[in-house]
Amino acid sequence: MNIKINGKVEKLDRPSTVEALVSGKGLCADRIVIEHNRRIVPKEEWAGIILREDDSIEIVSFVGGG
Amino acid sequence: MTDTLEIGGRKIVNRLFIGTGKFASYPVMRRALEESRAEVVTVALRRVDSSSGTENILDYVPKGCIVMPNTSGARNADEAVRIARLARASGSTEWIKIEVIQDNKYLLPDNLETVKATEILAKEGFVVLPYMSPDLSMARRLVDAGAAAVMPLGSPIGSNRGVKTRELIEILVREIKIPVIVDAGLGAPSDACECMQFGCSAVLVNTAIAIAEDPAGMAKAFSDAVAAGRLAYRSGLPSAGTGASASSPLTGFLHEDSHRQ
Repeated sequence: MNIKINGKVEKLDRPSTVEALVSGKGLCADRIVIEHNRRIVPKEEWAGIILREDDSIEIVSFVGGG
Repeated sequence: MTDTLEIGGRKIVNRLFIGTGKFASYPVMRRALEESRAEVVTVALRRVDSSSGTENILDYVPKGCIVMPNTSGARNADEAVRIARLARASGSTEWIKIEVIQDNKYLLPDNLETVKATEILAKEGFVVLPYMSPDLSMARRLVDAGAAAVMPLGSPIGSNRGVKTRELIEILVREIKIPVIVDAGLGAPSDACECMQFGCSAVLVNTAIAIAEDPAGMAKAFSDAVAAGRLAYRSGLPSAGTGASASSPLTGFLHEDSHRQ
């Protein structure tokens, strides 16, 4: 199954939730914000969202900037 | 009474806002923020990538600081709105610095798209501080759109050229009833002081501090300059004259002899 993560197509071997994707990438949940198919998803919903073919995920966080 | 700047219901004493880009490391940045006692700091929002590491910038921002994410990377109002909503979803802030730029050479803002984004986000309850080219009509539109302050540029971002747009910003200071905060291009503490002396409410500095040899020292220098400029403004800066006006008495000179008859 192919999904787009931060603009890059990635292959998932088995069905995954947003939560599993985040922990699989070793990301700190407190410091990121996730958009699923252009909708911002609150953390409470991460475990309940199962990713589907061609879904688009954006994972963002703060960095230095002026 | 303490002289405070009120924006979005917050009272701010230090009128130097600091941007967090370009510092050599997060610890170096933190020292600069601590040394300057900055109360408002900007950050950017970006995609997480494998090089992001586990460090998070917010862990290096002193407690109590107001975090103001920018919408850098936005090329139009829609993109700015999207970034702003993502930034607010982080749960750390309601503040947003609108930055809509299509011109990659001078990084000059698109005022029209900036007004559109300001209107949408202000309605959604954001505290909106738009970065803009200094223009009175646009500033008025931003006020009407619900901006909490306007942030005209002094000169192009990161150029360290100082406040080249001074006369246009002075018009905003005189005519606009919300805070005018000079953002971008200030290269030396004297530039920041100048802005405060002619009545700006605050300044936002990043590059000049971040790339200094000693960023903490430079941050303190900017902070002191801003405080001095503000005090000078509040104390009523005398106007400049064309001729001389002696500071010492014009009587009692040693060379004067009186010739009584």
